[in-house]
Amino acid sequence: MSDEAHKGYKGEALDALVRFGVGVWSDVDIDSTRGHFRGIVLPRSEFDDSRHLVLKLPTGYNVGIDVRTLRSVKELGRREAHYKIPEKEFPTSPDKPNVKLLGTGGTIASRLDYRTGAVIPAFSPGELYGAVPELADICNLSTEKLFAVFSENMGPTQYIALAKAIGREIENGIDGIVIGHGTDTMHHTASALAFMVQHPPVPIVMVGSQRSSDRPSSDAARNLIHSTTAAATSDIAEVMVCMFGPTSDEYGLLHRATRVRKMHSSYRSTFRTIGDIPLATVTRNGVTPLRQDYARRRDDRHVDILPYFEERVTLTYYYPNMHPDIIDSLVEHGYKGIVIAGTGLGHINKPVYPAIERATAAGVAIYMTVQTLWGYVHMFVYDTGRDLMAKGIIPAENMLPEVAYIKLAWALGQTNDLDRVRDIMLTSIAGEITEREPHDGYLIFQGGMPEIQEFLRKVHK
Amino acid sequence: MKKADANSGNLDSHNPLGYVTRRDATADTYRGLGFRCGLEVHQQLRTKKKLFCRCPAGIYQDGADYDAQLVRHMRPTLSEFGEYDGTALMEYKTKKNIIYRIKGETACTYDIDDTPPFAVNREALGIAIEVALLLETSLVGELHITRKQYLDGSIPTGFQRTAIIGIDGRIPVAGKRVGVRQLSVEEDSCREVSDVGHERIYTTDRLGMPLIETVTEPELLTPDEAAEGANYIRYLTRSTGHVNVGIGAAREDVNVSIEGGTRVEIKGVQHIRWIPELTHNEAFRQKALLLVRDELERREGDPKTWAPKHAPLSGADLAAVAPTAAGESSAAVICLPGFSGLLAFPTNPGCSFADEFSDRLKVIACIEKPNMAHSDDGTSPLPRATWQKLGKRVGATEKDAVLLVWGPAADLPTAIETVIERGRLAFAGVPNETRKGLPNGTTIFERVLPGPDRMYPDTDSSPIPIEEDAIEGTRARLPQSVEARQALLRAWGAPEDTHAYLLRRNLCPLAEELVASGMEPIAATTLLGHDVRHAMGDREIDPARVRWAVDAARERALTSDVLPVLAPLALREPASSFDELLTRAEYRRAAEKDVKAEIRREVKRSDVRRPEARHRAIMGHVRAMAWGNVPLAQVAAWVEEATR
Repeated sequence: MSDEAHKGYKGEALDALVRFGVGVWSDVDIDSTRGHFRGIVLPRSEFDDSRHLVLKLPTGYNVGIDVRTLRSVKELGRREAHYKIPEKEFPTSPDKPNVKLLGTGGTIASRLDYRTGAVIPAFSPGELYGAVPELADICNLSTEKLFAVFSENMGPTQYIALAKAIGREIENGIDGIVIGHGTDTMHHTASALAFMVQHPPVPIVMVGSQRSSDRPSSDAARNLIHSTTAAATSDIAEVMVCMFGPTSDEYGLLHRATRVRKMHSSYRSTFRTIGDIPLATVTRNGVTPLRQDYARRRDDRHVDILPYFEERVTLTYYYPNMHPDIIDSLVEHGYKGIVIAGTGLGHINKPVYPAIERATAAGVAIYMTVQTLWGYVHMFVYDTGRDLMAKGIIPAENMLPEVAYIKLAWALGQTNDLDRVRDIMLTSIAGEITEREPHDGYLIFQGGMPEIQEFLRKVHK
Repeated sequence: MKKADANSGNLDSHNPLGYVTRRDATADTYRGLGFRCGLEVHQQLRTKKKLFCRCPAGIYQDGADYDAQLVRHMRPTLSEFGEYDGTALMEYKTKKNIIYRIKGETACTYDIDDTPPFAVNREALGIAIEVALLLETSLVGELHITRKQYLDGSIPTGFQRTAIIGIDGRIPVAGKRVGVRQLSVEEDSCREVSDVGHERIYTTDRLGMPLIETVTEPELLTPDEAAEGANYIRYLTRSTGHVNVGIGAAREDVNVSIEGGTRVEIKGVQHIRWIPELTHNEAFRQKALLLVRDELERREGDPKTWAPKHAPLSGADLAAVAPTAAGESSAAVICLPGFSGLLAFPTNPGCSFADEFSDRLKVIACIEKPNMAHSDDGTSPLPRATWQKLGKRVGATEKDAVLLVWGPAADLPTAIETVIERGRLAFAGVPNETRKGLPNGTTIFERVLPGPDRMYPDTDSSPIPIEEDAIEGTRARLPQSVEARQALLRAWGAPEDTHAYLLRRNLCPLAEELVASGMEPIAATTLLGHDVRHAMGDREIDPARVRWAVDAARERALTSDVLPVLAPLALREPASSFDELLTRAEYRRAAEKDVKAEIRREVKRSDVRRPEARHRAIMGHVRAMAWGNVPLAQVAAWVEEATR
């Protein structure tokens, strides 16, 4: 293992550093079989090989030197990096709304991690103000770092802690809440909060960034401006996700927590409202609602915090040729609830049927959603569907698969009475089931069509 | 120029700058200035795909031909050492809407920064290693992709992905070794379509194409050496046969400084022939700025106590300047203490110190020109009385210069800040700048010169080792060095005016093949360097086609004087068969005996008396028939014999 002085180095490379008596941040003069190099030894990512030293040249470029080519390494001095976002005290004023930013990790504000070579989160009001001074025009911002985990490591423990923290903030009179979150599972956390935090009097806005804030074209600053604007000024007292509308730096969208989904692995405009239209657009100038059926901001401090979660619940993506033992093993391992993402209107194949029967007989709650994402489960249309319902699978309307998973875990966290669970599941709490699907709730246009090409030339993507 | 004040001392002469034209300048002129120049030569590589994505490379579209547009804004970020870069902060001040025009054929979601980079293009890497070896650099053990920030928007990410291949190389220039600081491989940027006010438009066709950048040390000591160095690097990269040629495929950034001055980078020089004039003028611009500095020091002393004043104009004051201020709704007047007479000081042919302010107003405050006027300008349409009145608003005295700026109200605060900042920089002499080279040999301000603080490791990619066997494999296949080629051309006695063309077009290997196959070196180099070049201009030459034409002529036992016609013809008509080319060239087959018979007939028929004229006339008649069949010298001998 390497120590601080040889951060990230191992094997041959570490041996070479020790042999020549130099370490990380040493300003060195290197003679090698490939030539002569001068620069500062940088820490090495622990995922990289053990054969090279990383050197920062005076021109600012980094290069790697193969330790097998080294003839001599001389230390000329040392220069340590202090990577710090300039911290300035966040200016506050009594006539601005108070907004709390709760941090969970993610890349809303971040810095380089030499250990992994990746970016790690870092934030405080002062740092954020140093990086995004516009925030001071919007609100009085305070922050609290609840945890520092990447999006994929968010789970029930964090959902519950977050819900409780939100409850405390509301009780303390905050005017709006922003939650910084990694984008990968933001929609899972959003729906968990939508069920755990009911009837909030203020906006609760989740935000992240698709391009980390260490790049000039990052969406982080703009998302932060949009989300604090929504939290500070919006009349929409719901849990929302605030991310880029188009990939262009134009406006953000506020999505209802239970209808939003990350739809592209890397686009800025990855979050889309599915089967409905978003709640509102947001720019630095304010929020413009796209619909009126939202919960309004209130002056009272009442909120229902319902922090429940049953861990033995799963989401199973059906595929042709699925074998029944998949379901059997879930039951064997004590799972209490299964959400299936079925094909088409909500189907799975016949060989799985006996396993479904065994599962329901064992008291497992099974709900059907659609892997098409758009549209409702319709199990009356074909015999397959009727068969499945007879075997105990309950259609979950147009709940998104991930939302149904979170909701089932939340419901089973409250009760083991499956009738009660069924009531909870099929009663819409936060817009997760909608009575009707608007005609413009499904818009996936195909590129290449002349009318679409025409549209793309005119509208900023 | 307005006659400078009496107190401007040595500046008050006919040519205070001591400017000489480049034609009149000698090596001593540049030695006296302390002229130093370094080059950054960018060369596109000829690869099938772009550097970090799988888009095709080398397809260009007109700026008006696009499928979609998107908008971005750039914010400065911190360097690895926690510093903000000066350029970054300047670009951020400009608050530009950057619009990218995308064409589906040439740009993907990587190009618009909506997808992380794919693995680096190995084909590009191979070519870069070859050039690194030709430049005699020390090759790195591992490539680290680094982000070089560009906040002008020329790259949608806000940075260029770049990596060092080798450092510390050398090239021969003007009989000495000039150091090569580094060779890097990087992605090309967008092409600018327009830049007006707060909107800059780019097209993304060129974006992401693989480039190599060769950076020399500032060891080129005259403008001609700078051009020679640029040419050498061009010949060297082209000797690989794997680089693009044509407009925009090679671009030079030229760094110039003089004694007491600062490194100024002249960017995007499209033609090497522009380098001497641009660097010459830049050297004198720096000298002018140093003279202005000395004069300011003399007049004002400590710059810390220098206190410029400004005031907004309204009502009658604004109305009085309206015709000058292009009808803009807002204007301000600024007093630059101690600057009297200096704004008119010449910096370059046709330019004065005032242009330094006006250029920055255009770039930083986004106010199109004309964007200012000043009290030193003898040609100002504003009456002297108006200037005096304006001066009073800001407490200006005889010693001071008064500057009037105008523009949209929202941009005026930045405009005032920009003017004052430039005024302050005058005390330091030559500001670190990137300047754009113009075809007339002068330059304009482009941005503040970025430093090493704009570099940041690319967190989206892992280091790429460069293994020893990859280097050795490439080393074994290296083309002959440019220096050796130059020596060979001299040894052959190839006409002087063919050298540059043969090197530039990478035709030395072809010339060597022709010589090896029996052609005289002078004939081979003349064929390529004169005949082919005149016929083809600067178009690409297919060596195989030339060889084919030469071989076909030899197979048919045609004389070598057909080649100056047939070789260019073969290149111009790449699809024609050799017989078709012969027909096009009006060649007719004729046996030696037929030519001789024709000579005899002509001798009988000719009634010209004077021997030389008679010889000429007969030659004229027989030449077409003999062309390609009998060497002309032989024909002449036969004519001589027949007429004796």
